[in-house]
Amino acid sequence: MADVAIEPQHDPVNPPLVLGNPTYGDVTNTVSDIVERKTPKKWFIAFGISASLTLLLGAMLGYLVLNGIGVWGNNSPVGWAWDITNFVFWIGIGHAGTLISAILFLFRQKWRTSINRAAEAMTLFAVACAGIFPLFHVGRPWRAYWLFPVPNPELSMWQNFRSPLLWDVFAVSTYATVSALFWYVGLVPDLATIRDRAAARGDKIRKYVFGVLSLGWRGSAKHWKHYEMAYLILAGLSTPLVLSVHTIVSFDFAVSIIPGWHTTIFPPYFVAGAIFSGFAMVMTLMIIARWALNLEHLVTMKHLENMNKVMLATGLIVGYAYATEMFIAWYGGNPYERFAFANRALGPYAWAYWTMVSCNVLVPQLFWFKKLRTNIPVMFVCSLLINVGMWFERFVIIVTSLHRDFLPSSWGYFRPTIVDILTFVGSFGLFLTLFLLFVRFLPMIAISEVKGVMATSKGSAAAH
Amino acid sequence: MGTTVEKRSELYGIIGDFDSPEQLLDAIRTARSRGYTKMDALTPFPIHGIDEALGEKRSPLGYIVLCAALLGATTALLLQWWTGAVDYPLVIAGKPLFAFEFSIPVTFELTVLFSAFATVLGMFHLNRIPTFYHPTFKYSRFRGATDDRFLLVIEKSDPMFDVATAAEMLRECGSRHTEVVEA
Repeated sequence: MADVAIEPQHDPVNPPLVLGNPTYGDVTNTVSDIVERKTPKKWFIAFGISASLTLLLGAMLGYLVLNGIGVWGNNSPVGWAWDITNFVFWIGIGHAGTLISAILFLFRQKWRTSINRAAEAMTLFAVACAGIFPLFHVGRPWRAYWLFPVPNPELSMWQNFRSPLLWDVFAVSTYATVSALFWYVGLVPDLATIRDRAAARGDKIRKYVFGVLSLGWRGSAKHWKHYEMAYLILAGLSTPLVLSVHTIVSFDFAVSIIPGWHTTIFPPYFVAGAIFSGFAMVMTLMIIARWALNLEHLVTMKHLENMNKVMLATGLIVGYAYATEMFIAWYGGNPYERFAFANRALGPYAWAYWTMVSCNVLVPQLFWFKKLRTNIPVMFVCSLLINVGMWFERFVIIVTSLHRDFLPSSWGYFRPTIVDILTFVGSFGLFLTLFLLFVRFLPMIAISEVKGVMATSKGSAAAH
Repeated sequence: MGTTVEKRSELYGIIGDFDSPEQLLDAIRTARSRGYTKMDALTPFPIHGIDEALGEKRSPLGYIVLCAALLGATTALLLQWWTGAVDYPLVIAGKPLFAFEFSIPVTFELTVLFSAFATVLGMFHLNRIPTFYHPTFKYSRFRGATDDRFLLVIEKSDPMFDVATAAEMLRECGSRHTEVVEA
């Protein structure tokens, strides 16, 4: 495989992943400069807004703790509403990060290198936002440790391992931990780069902080050998993990006997939806980041187009799942099931159902056209609409199934309170605050991985 | 610690600085053909083929992780069986006190959790990190190793080691800056 003759710049099928033929040093400079340059004004403006929203989240959660979860709109018969919708929504967002970092790594999709760091960070922050909702929905968040099997004199009993809700505790906490480990391991060589640059520039604080964080990394061949093996194993672990997490999240519903929830299609349908919504969120963030930080030569149109193709594919899977659900509800002949689905499409929440279908099934169809899937304003609007649609998908599944179940005498209609709405808005504040801090202080593009891709695409004799 | 003065003057090895991965690999092959065995390369990204060139064996990390995976699975199964069926048996919805079917999700998650920690901590151990010191940090152009330079270290522990001949060979191979580093 030595001496690959194709000049990457002239290959129409596989356009280069890094534009403008920069040197290794250029890549180091471009990415490190984002961290090292004076904080730009627009960062402060964005941070001010997102930090204010985070304060709003804190205020709403404080208000909830003082008053009880009655401040939210969920009540009998709709016991789960925006809180669980938001939980599933945020967890789903996180899944695209793991898909990009782990699954695309195993499939040797080299285009992932420019976006994987930011996508993994997004995973962590999304999981943090997700965790807040079930944590506060339990009403007494200071007793959250009751969910873990630790000896507990107040409880005097053990957790119920037969309940999918407990599986979910294990799935989500494992997911958060493993994602953090994966992200940190990926960061170590780049932290060493920032450390050495800080030492050369005489930036003492950064030299010490990054010196500690980079663990004494020196890029030795022996280091890389174990490191690459660790990275491969973590990718191999994260791949089934990410599938298991949304599968188990779907078990929260599928294992119950509520019509509209009790379906075997849920695990694959939830996983596809999670990847769909997560890619939409990565798209939204990357379009803003590459514009604000001038990274157009590292996050190229090819990256964006590939993400749009993933959204088209997963959008089709989601649309197919909607159709299958409807068909099985009719074909299965269970009157409660039939009613639940007719009620979804035509009942009092029809507006939510059709918002979901329009955003998730119709909008991604635009990506069949190359002109549209390579047009930045179009893909930006589409990514926002898909996020709206996927939020509504969880809302539709949760609320329409609960608001009218077996007994018409106990039917109801859920309306969110202002606290519901502001808590959700506040969770975006937390997400953006964490993301802005990440972009400001850590290398948001995997420097060493991009260099590795450049080395291979240069067709060097060393490549194989 | 009594021999600080002696230690200070002890050598760690000699380092050469190369422009490209190809040059580095050529230098490694040349050094190997001349009988050097104790070498290390410092590079800003992993270089394909460098392990073969240096004669490095495959990383044993997989075996460490496999043990942790088995430990995780065993822990999870014992935990669910002992808490549910032995220590506090409680019939819920007529389900059995313990069964493999319902214990799959938690078993899977703990297997992954244990394996992930073993992967990261195992990698740290094999690489002897975290560390705050390594002789190569003293190389005056060390920062190139995390940027765009490709360094080759011939260690003093190599039986062939001789400062003059090693330096000559590194220069021959295209080293831009050859320097002796103390331990």
